[in-house]
Amino acid sequence: MNILPNRRDVLKTGLFGLAGMAMSSPASALVQIVVSGAQFTPLPIAIPDFASSDPSFGREVADIVRANLRRSGLFAPLDASAMPNVVGNVGVTPDFAQWQATNVDALGMGQVERSGNIQSSVRVWDTRASAQIVGQSLSTGPDAWRRIAHIVSDAIYTSLTAESGYFDTRIVYVAESGPKANRVKRLAVMDQDGANVQYLTSGRTLALTPRYSPSNSMLAYMNYDDGNPQVYLLDLATGNQQRIGNFGQMTFSPRFSPDGRSLAFSVESGGTTNLYSIPIGSNSPQQLTNSAAIDTSPSYAPDGSRIAFESDRGGQQQIYVMGAGGGGAQRISYGEGAYSTPVWSPKGDLIAFTRRQGGQFHIGTMKPDGSGERILASSFHAEGPTWAPNGRVIMYFSDPGGNGGPRLFSVDIWGRNLQQIPTESFASDPAWSPLLG
Amino acid sequence: MRIFAPFVKYLRALFMVTLVVSVAACARTPTGGPGEATPGSQQEFLVTVGDRVFFETDSSILTNAGQTTLAKQAAWLNQYSQYRVVIEGHADERGTREYNIALGARRAAASINFLVSRGVSAARITSKSFGKERPVAICNDISCWSQNRRAVTVLN
Repeated sequence: MNILPNRRDVLKTGLFGLAGMAMSSPASALVQIVVSGAQFTPLPIAIPDFASSDPSFGREVADIVRANLRRSGLFAPLDASAMPNVVGNVGVTPDFAQWQATNVDALGMGQVERSGNIQSSVRVWDTRASAQIVGQSLSTGPDAWRRIAHIVSDAIYTSLTAESGYFDTRIVYVAESGPKANRVKRLAVMDQDGANVQYLTSGRTLALTPRYSPSNSMLAYMNYDDGNPQVYLLDLATGNQQRIGNFGQMTFSPRFSPDGRSLAFSVESGGTTNLYSIPIGSNSPQQLTNSAAIDTSPSYAPDGSRIAFESDRGGQQQIYVMGAGGGGAQRISYGEGAYSTPVWSPKGDLIAFTRRQGGQFHIGTMKPDGSGERILASSFHAEGPTWAPNGRVIMYFSDPGGNGGPRLFSVDIWGRNLQQIPTESFASDPAWSPLLG
Repeated sequence: MRIFAPFVKYLRALFMVTLVVSVAACARTPTGGPGEATPGSQQEFLVTVGDRVFFETDSSILTNAGQTTLAKQAAWLNQYSQYRVVIEGHADERGTREYNIALGARRAAASINFLVSRGVSAARITSKSFGKERPVAICNDISCWSQNRRAVTVLN
C-alpha cells in the first residue's frame, strides 16, 4: 500500500546509479530503471506558492524552486491548476487525502519574508506516508533574494535524495560575441539557472578558462593582456587581479588545489608544455612534469593527493594520473581516439573528460583507474566538462561550427536530462562554483 | 552591444585609411602592376615571400611547402634586418582549447627553429599562440580547417 518509499528509493537509486549497477544483480528491476534513462520516472512533487506578506514575492520564490527541481530531471513539479491549495502554509499539517488525490508523492510548503535578511521556513511532507520528512528555517542576506529560493531548493533536494544539492551555486564562463574570426571573449558569472549575469572583464583582451577557488573568493584564468597568454588570479570581492608570475613564454590551464593554497598550471617554453604548481602568493613554482610533449589540463583529486592531466607524450592526447608532487604518471585512458580535459569529480569517484573520436566530440566519465568509461553526450563539437558540487551533474560547451558559436549544456552522470543553459550571448568554458554556503 | 560601437568606428577608420593609402599607392606607381611591390616593404613580404605556413592535423612538423616558404622568409629577413617578427601559432577548431593553445605554440616554435637555422637571429623573433581562438576561414569542412592550422610571420 505504501508506494512512496519505493519511489523514493528509486530516486535515490537514480542518484547512486553507478554504485547500484556495480552491486546489484543484472536482473534487478531497480537496475533496469537506472540503466535505461528513458524509463526513469521523476518524482511527482507539489510546491505551492510560498506564503508571504508579499504574495507576489512568495510566488516568485516558489517559481524558482519549481524550476530548479524540474531542471534537475529528478522531480516533476505539479501544475498549480491541479493543486488543492495554491499557497502553502507551514503552520498546519496538510490535508493528505487532498494531496494524495493529485498523485504527488511529496509536498513542499514554504513561507518567506523580507525583514532585514530574507527568512524562509520550509516543510517537506511525504504525502503517501502522511509524515514530515524535513522542516527547516533558512535565511540569506537582503541583496540576493533569489538565493533564498536556491537554498530552499537545495534543502528539498537533499531531503528527498540524501545527496547534497547544487542550486545555490554560480557559473563562471567565457561570454563570446562578435564575428568568429575576431570574437570578443570576456569572463562572465551567473547563477546556475542563468540569472544575475555580471561581466568581469572588459573584452579588450581574450580571457579564457576561468576556474573557481574552493572558497569561491577567487578565480584563476588565462588572459592575453601581456601578448602571450598568462595565468591571472582575480579577487572576486575587490576586482583586483595579478599575474601569478613570469615563467616560460606562456602560462595557461590553471586549476586550484582542493585546499585552495596552490595552483597547478601549464608552462610553455620553446614549444614544449609542462605542468607546474605554485603556492598562492609565492614566486617559486615546482615543476611537476618534464617531458618534450604537451602536458596540460591538470585537475586535483578532491583529497589533494593526485593530479589527473592530459599529455600527448605517447603521440596522441591521453589522460594520465600522477602524484600531486609529480612523478609516477600512469596512463588511464585506452579507448580509440584522443582523450583530454580530465576533471576530477568533487566526490572523487569519477573523472570527466572530452574524447575526440570518429569525427565527433564526446563528453564522458571514467573511474580514476580508467575503468567504467561512460559517454554522456556526443556532437560535432563538445568540450570542457565541469562538475556540479554534488558530483552528479556535468556542464560543458558545444559549438555547432560554421558561423555559429558555443552554448552551455548540462547533463547528469547517467547521460540523462541534456539541457541547454540560457545565456545572453555565445558561451564557453563553464566552471561550476562550490556551494556558496 | 554598446561595446562594439568603438570597434566598428575603428574598422571604418581603418577602411578609410586603407582606401587612401591604396589610392596614393596607385598615384605614385602609375605603371606598376598589382603584383609589384617596393623591395623590402611589408607588401613585398606578403606578396612575393608569403607570411604563413600550414600544418597537417594535430602536427607541428613543417611540410615541404612550409620549409620552402620559411626559407624564402629567412632569406628576406636576412636581407632586411630592420624588421623584427612575431610568429603567431594557430590551430583548427577540431581540438580542445587548452591543447590547441599549446599546439599553436609548438607550431610557432617549429617556424622559429627553421628561421634561426637559416641565420635569422633569435633575438629578432618572438612568438604568440592563439590556439583555435582566431580562425581565418569559417566553415565546416576539412579544406577550411587546413587554412586555420597555420603559423604566421608578422613583421614589426
